[in-house]
Amino acid sequence: MSDAPATPTRVNLSELSAMFQAVPYAKFLGVQLELKGDELTAILPFKDDLIGNPMLPALHGGVVGALMELTAVAQIFLAQGGKKIPKVIDISIDYLRSGRPVDTYARAHVTKLGRRIANVRVEAWQFDRADPIAALHGHFLLNSDQGEGETKA
Amino acid sequence: MSDDTPLWQRMATAGAMMIQGTPQARALGMRVVSITEARAVVEVDWREDLVGDPETGVIASGVVTTLLDNTCGVAAFAALSEPMSTATLDLRIDYMRPAKKGATIRAEAHCYRMTKTVAFVRAFAFDGADETDPVAAAQAAFMMGTSGRMGKNRRPPK
Repeated sequence: MSDAPATPTRVNLSELSAMFQAVPYAKFLGVQLELKGDELTAILPFKDDLIGNPMLPALHGGVVGALMELTAVAQIFLAQGGKKIPKVIDISIDYLRSGRPVDTYARAHVTKLGRRIANVRVEAWQFDRADPIAALHGHFLLNSDQGEGETKA
Repeated sequence: MSDDTPLWQRMATAGAMMIQGTPQARALGMRVVSITEARAVVEVDWREDLVGDPETGVIASGVVTTLLDNTCGVAAFAALSEPMSTATLDLRIDYMRPAKKGATIRAEAHCYRMTKTVAFVRAFAFDGADETDPVAAAQAAFMMGTSGRMGKNRRPPK
């Protein structure tokens, strides 16, 4: 990504999508982004290999977690005005109900965008936005050149 | 095997099937290294399509999340004396450092406490043999099924 000015600028969906397209794992999951104004929604269309429990069946908890992680990353990218991809430091996931074999949506809120750290909350839902299947709370390292928590690459 | 065989031993025999029967685990190419009482070790290989940062080629943290979640679940299952349904309550992960590009990620989980209703599990993810240098650490709690027959409060051996 090119150097962005210090003040946040508007990032459009194509820039955001380009950032996402370049991440092979986002493609592996099949995550898509939708941006209306400044409201970003990540969409995970259902496919069979996202299943973690074939008996129920239910989405893999890790997949729901990964979707929320990616949503947080995209939201920070948006809030920062498009810089490098932030790195996850820690996440805490509450699983509220099992994910059904249907499309899943997620939206993130950047609680605080600091100089080096962003605090983010994310919710994922399927049928009803008010009835989320999972929630995530995490800290992300904003990409300065060589941040803390990063000893090896 | 007789019905007296502990669940984890039956699972160790069928360990590969546990993963093979989970579509997402199969999609990630996970494989069981070992299952012993209340413990599980599962690996996933680095792959081009699992990269999370195209600049560095480091595997996506989401892959590590899924691996840790799954390994914790297997460890909780391996602490049971008979099969029952489990559901992840919460999962906390600390990512200490990026995994080395190309390295196989190995998750080691231990269900250190099982109550009537909840299994408490800790796990670490490594990208090499050095046990003092984990890539990530996880703490998970699983709700154990509501079937009344289970719920013998037990502490798995160290």
